[in-house]
Amino acid sequence: MPEPFLMRALLAGFGLAAVAAPLGCFVVWRRMAYFGEAVAQAALIGVALGLAFSLDLTASMLLVTLAVSGLLVVLGRQQAVPFDSLLGLLAHAALALGVIAASLVRGPQVDLMGFLFGDIFAINNADLRWIFLGGAVALAALVYIWRPLLSLAVHEDLAAAEGAATERTKLIFVIVLALVVAIAIKIVGALLTIAFLIMPAAAARPLAQTPEQMAIYAAVIGMVAVAAGLFMSLSFDTPGGPSIVLVLAALFAASIFPSVVRRR
Amino acid sequence: MRSPDGLEQPVQHGEQRVSACAHDHAGHVHEHMHDHHRAHPNAQREHNATALISARNLMLARGGRTILADIDIDISPREIVTVIGPNGAGKTTLVRALLGLEPVDQGSIRRKPGLVTGYAPQRFDVDRAIPLTVSRFVALGRRASPDELAHVLKDVGAGPLAERQLSELSGGELQRVVLARALVRTPDLLVLDEPVRGVDYAGEAELYTLIGRLRTERGFGVLLVSHDLHVVMAQSDRVICLNRHVCCSGVPQSVAQHPEYARLFGPQAARAFGLYHHQHDHRHDLAGEPRPPAHGHGPDTGV
Repeated sequence: MPEPFLMRALLAGFGLAAVAAPLGCFVVWRRMAYFGEAVAQAALIGVALGLAFSLDLTASMLLVTLAVSGLLVVLGRQQAVPFDSLLGLLAHAALALGVIAASLVRGPQVDLMGFLFGDIFAINNADLRWIFLGGAVALAALVYIWRPLLSLAVHEDLAAAEGAATERTKLIFVIVLALVVAIAIKIVGALLTIAFLIMPAAAARPLAQTPEQMAIYAAVIGMVAVAAGLFMSLSFDTPGGPSIVLVLAALFAASIFPSVVRRR
Repeated sequence: MRSPDGLEQPVQHGEQRVSACAHDHAGHVHEHMHDHHRAHPNAQREHNATALISARNLMLARGGRTILADIDIDISPREIVTVIGPNGAGKTTLVRALLGLEPVDQGSIRRKPGLVTGYAPQRFDVDRAIPLTVSRFVALGRRASPDELAHVLKDVGAGPLAERQLSELSGGELQRVVLARALVRTPDLLVLDEPVRGVDYAGEAELYTLIGRLRTERGFGVLLVSHDLHVVMAQSDRVICLNRHVCCSGVPQSVAQHPEYARLFGPQAARAFGLYHHQHDHRHDLAGEPRPPAHGHGPDTGV
């Protein structure tokens, strides 16, 4: 029987991978990696708010990720500045604000590194509750909107002309993304959360023939990376979150390699 | 925008050209005039009650430019209506407005209650990031049984493609598959926006023949967008010649002989029509789209 902290780390990582990887497929398909990045970095503001007002940190991060997602959706309708530039701008403004705010908050010493890169070995039972309840809600919502969301990802105008509820579907997707980002930050941190979303999906792409296969393979790849990353972390005393992300990058490289070679 | 001599064009030059239309009457072609030529500019034209879709007095402006003005259009059951016009005439915008994808600034659109539309958009860029088989793509149009999917793919001549990845298809194959997705919805109205872009001439004629045959078998109405009257002629019941407003409309033969058609597409196109409408000619492939040098029809607003 492994140590309790290791059990909690594994459970947290597996639980997160089960929902983050299928969600990450849509982030890849809908080209929303930058969107997710901006939301994740803004979550640090939630950390500062939570500390300042003694709130549950995940709850206050969720509040901020939802608010920022809403703001981004509204800003996405303007056309003066290209949306990716705007996202890059906002992501880093939010990161700066979050870091400054967190360092100004009085009270217990804030482990800023833990929020930037995650601290999977410090997961407690309350965090696990967030991951499994929040993750179950997110996964259920994702399954519920799966079909219209897939149709939107393939061709938005065609989906809309066929009567898909495009606006409602996009709204639910953004809320699910905000929720998963908020619960992921404890594990992989504000800077690596988006990697944990899109890397399993990218690694699964060359192996999959259908969208559902890609989602399931991505979840499996995510879990393998969690296990291997934790093993690496314990064996070589490397930080947990970055170790998982590094394993994901290696898995992606291995998965994409044959198709790169074939192209030549 | 800039004219060839580098001078700024007046913003509403498109409208000024529009008003130059409609001087000649020929046969049973209906003339549509711009508002300030109209005897009763405010007279409300009634919607066609039996039409699948009926639009009256549509106006769309984007960024201060009028893209479409004063458009009336009806598509009846079993009718194939073709919209033709040069680049930038607003054909795609009109289709998108009728489908509810583009908000209109004026006018009204009435759809038959419960109308099911099948749509094949002009541009279909396959996203390689999404693994998707052909039959799965078609099934996104409607939850159809494997038998139904196989049947509709066979109908468009794409039966053997069912299990192929969408990203592996050629342009012509993709067109057929997109058409299959529109058909699997068992539509009352099929809307096809330049369905033959990137298809060679033989494939083009073949596709239109197929659409005509399916219309006869299934009895849906068709709204077709084309920039070339010649190939659609045999299959169209009615042609609407569009250049930001309806320049002329009627049966294909009369539109082909109409001075407005000649003005929009150049006298060469009109003459070629007389010579070649019985036997198709290679000169009208997609690359050789006739464009009148005398009328700069603005940039392609095709959204």
